[in-house]
Order: sequence, then structure tokens, then C-alpha cells
Amino acid sequence: MLNVEGLRSRYGRIEVLHGIDLHVDSGEIVTVVGANGAGKTTLLRCLSGIQPVSGGSITFRGEILTEVPAFRRLKRGLAQSPEGRQIFTSLTVEENLRLGAFLYSDERVDRDMEDAFQMFPILREKRNLAAGGLSGGQQQMLAIARALMGRPSCLLLDEPSMGLAPILVQQIFDVVKGLKALSVTVLLVEQNAFGALKIADRGYVMETGQITMEGAAAELIADPRVREAYLGI
Amino acid sequence: MPELMQFLLSGVTVGAVYALVALGFTIIYNASDVVNFAQGEFVMLGGMITVFAHMAGLPLPLSALIAVGATAAFGVALNKLAIEPARGAPVVSLIIITIGASIFIRGATQLVFDKQIHRFPAISGDDPIHVLGATILPQSLWIIAGAVAIFIGLWLFFTRTLIGRAVLATSNNRLAAQLVGINTNWIMTLSFAVSAAIGAIAGVLVTPVTMIGYDFGISLALKGFAAAMLGGMGNPKGAFAGGILLGLIEALTAGYISSQYKDAAAFIIILAVLFAMPQGLFGKKSTDRV
Repeated sequence: MLNVEGLRSRYGRIEVLHGIDLHVDSGEIVTVVGANGAGKTTLLRCLSGIQPVSGGSITFRGEILTEVPAFRRLKRGLAQSPEGRQIFTSLTVEENLRLGAFLYSDERVDRDMEDAFQMFPILREKRNLAAGGLSGGQQQMLAIARALMGRPSCLLLDEPSMGLAPILVQQIFDVVKGLKALSVTVLLVEQNAFGALKIADRGYVMETGQITMEGAAAELIADPRVREAYLGI
Repeated sequence: MPELMQFLLSGVTVGAVYALVALGFTIIYNASDVVNFAQGEFVMLGGMITVFAHMAGLPLPLSALIAVGATAAFGVALNKLAIEPARGAPVVSLIIITIGASIFIRGATQLVFDKQIHRFPAISGDDPIHVLGATILPQSLWIIAGAVAIFIGLWLFFTRTLIGRAVLATSNNRLAAQLVGINTNWIMTLSFAVSAAIGAIAGVLVTPVTMIGYDFGISLALKGFAAAMLGGMGNPKGAFAGGILLGLIEALTAGYISSQYKDAAAFIIILAVLFAMPQGLFGKKSTDRV
């Protein structure tokens, strides 16, 4: 479904992605784990088009995306819940969700919003409040729900567990796992390697702009190098 | 009593002019946080282009239509040629670009047109209407009606339409706006076109009362800006109320104290309000949790 080949990207003169190869098949949950600064967020920013690519290619459902501007990629089926949540703080929760479905104005929008409220009941309670007043965990739920309102076939999730209380982290990971049932393919970028690998089918380990290991999530969890470097075991 | 009535009527008239100009600021401000100091030039262009199209022999309504369309095109050009290339620059730099653009437009206007002061006939003639012992010009009613109509239009746009919310989303978080599929460049172009068109409509409506010349935009923009700040920048309700309030303060000061103090009184009250309520009368207090 999603194919990345030799992807390179730079900030000014400094290259931060040195040729990334990865692929995500339809229906999978794939995770990219790695330390802070490994280039995971840059990778997702390239995929959603808000970071320029200096080499390599991104193919999504058979179409080369590399030159497609960011705002057109959602229509192709690729949604992102970005790092730092990036919700519309001055708008209400409901307006945030409605804008998630900016591309659509049919009756399915209301159904999808109802589904979002089912998934995160707290958002229904706060639907008329400014999103900037939500707690970090609620903002994360809103960011995921907003991305799902865009009817993606593939969802890019950037650090959904960052800065959240452990109980919320588990709740968020459960939701991500549940996306499989909605036939949404997931590419999950996480520092919380253990939590991410536990729900993923496959995983990649990223270090300083390169993929250093890849394999089935269960294998990676069992791998002594991964355990030592990322799982603290 | 008729005296007070007269002050109130002229205050509301002047206030409606300020409100029209202030409303023009809202869309660009809402889309980009930029206070467009070329807004007064849009008002001036609306008046001047109508004057010259009319002098060239076109009927007045057609001239006005051409003026609004041409000014909207200037707004788009301003965005494409000056604002868009500076994408990523801080808001202050963008505001300075709009000041430069306003100087350029003023200079170009006196070269292309002239330096004379012009006027064209009022829509419904110049015979004053008598109200409770005071008088008001029919054109003043047109100005008030124009301000009310644009206020309602903008209010509906921002609260009822998806595009209106997309404009707000673009200013709140441009990155996230792109991720939900909003073409933010197009939103900016749209907001400059609509703001310029609103400015031009203001110019067309006020010219029969205030007259128009190449340098009339500055003072109108300054008063419109003050009105928008008083009411709360970016809020159509604030722009409308701020404009009317500013007009009333000026008219009452001019009537009961001295016309020399009318600007001073207006600005003292604006300063006092902004000290107590920095967001303006209708501005939203923004509190974000991080």
C-alpha cells in the first residue's frame, strides 16, 4: 500500500534521512521505533508532504506521491495525526472534527462524527468547548479522531503516547489496535518502543536517519539488541 | 433634544463608515493574523476607480461593479506578488509589507489617475430626510445598510460555512489545516480578494459623502483600524460595534465639547478600553493548555 524507497531529506545543508526503505501493506499496523532525534518525525512529515524530500520516492496505492502537495494527500487516503497534536486550539472540539472532514459534505460526516464520539466519549462531553482547553490526553484523542474524519485508508500516527499518563497511553494504544477492525492501515512512530511493538504486526528500528533493523514485531521485542537499547530490559 | 438627535445621527453615519472599513480587516486578519495596512487603499481604489469609470461614460452601477472587481483583483495580486513569496516570514514582516504596498498603491494611483478630489452622485439623491427634528442624508442610510449587510454576511460566513471555518483553521494552525486537506494558499488568496472587495464596497458607498482622493485611504484605514481594535480584531461583531461606537464618541465630543477634541476623545477612550480589555470589547480571550 505504502512504499518508501531511498527516501532522503534535509534541513538546510544537514541531511537527516539517509535513504529510508520501508513498506506498509494493506491492513497492517507497522511501527517505526527509535530514540529521540532518530528522524522518525521527519520521516512522517515527508510522507504527509509538509517536509521537502531531497531524494528517493514515496508510492502510495500505486501512485507516486513525492510531488503531490500536502493538502492533496488526504484525498488520496493518507491522513496524519501529527507530532504535538496540532489541533485547532481556538475552535471547538466539534469544529475540529468537522474540519477533519473538510473534503466531504455528505451525510456520512455526521455518522463519522458519531463514531468518533463513540470511540472517545469524553469528546462528546466537551464538543462545544474550545479545543485549546482540553487536557493533553483529550487533545491526542481529538487529533486521532480528526484524522479519522478524513476517511483515510492509511493513518500516520506521530508519537501518540507522548506526554500522557500511563493509563491514557494504554487507552490510546488500544484505540490504535482497534483501527484494524475499521480496515485502516496504520504507520505508528513511537519512542515508547515496547507499547508500540506490542500492538504492531511489523516494526522498523531507526537510528540517526537510517533503518537499522526490521522484522516482525514479536521478533523485535525478543531481540536482545532491541531489548537493551529501547526496552530498558 | 433635536440637537442630541442630530449628533447621534451623524455619529452613526460616520460610525458606519468606520465599521465598513473595520469589517474589511477581519478576513485577512482571521486567515493570517496579518493586519493589512493596505486596507485603506482598497477603500480608496473602490472610490477612485468608480469615479474614473463613471467619467469615462459608463453608468454608475456598472462603474461600481468594475471598481469592486478590479480592487478584488488588486487584493489577489498583493497576496500573490508580495505576501506569498514571503511565506514563513514573521507576522510583523508581513504587516510591514502591507504598509509598503499601501505606499506603492497610493503613488501609482496619483500617477494613473490624478491628485484631485472627486465625488459622484449619491444613490438616492442629496435631499436630507427629517427625523425627529434632525436630518440625515439618504446616502447615510445606504452606508448603514451596507455596513449591516456586510456584517451579517461575514458573521454567517465565519459561523455557518465550512470555508469560513477553514479560514479560521488556517490562521490557527496552517500545518494542521493542510493535513485536513485545506489548500491554505487558496484560502489566503480568497481572503485577500474578499477583504479587498469589502474595502472597495466601502469606498463606493462613502465617496458621495466624504469625497475621495488618492490619499484618502490612510485616514480611513487608521480610523477603521482603531474601530477594529476597539471592538476586538478579527471579530465582525467587534468591527461593527467598534465602528459605530467610535463614530458616536466623535460626534458627541464634537457637538458638546469642541470638534477639535473629537479625535483626542476617541483615542483616549480607545486607550482606556484597551488597558482594561486588551482583547477589545468582543475579542475572545485565548487560553491554551500545553
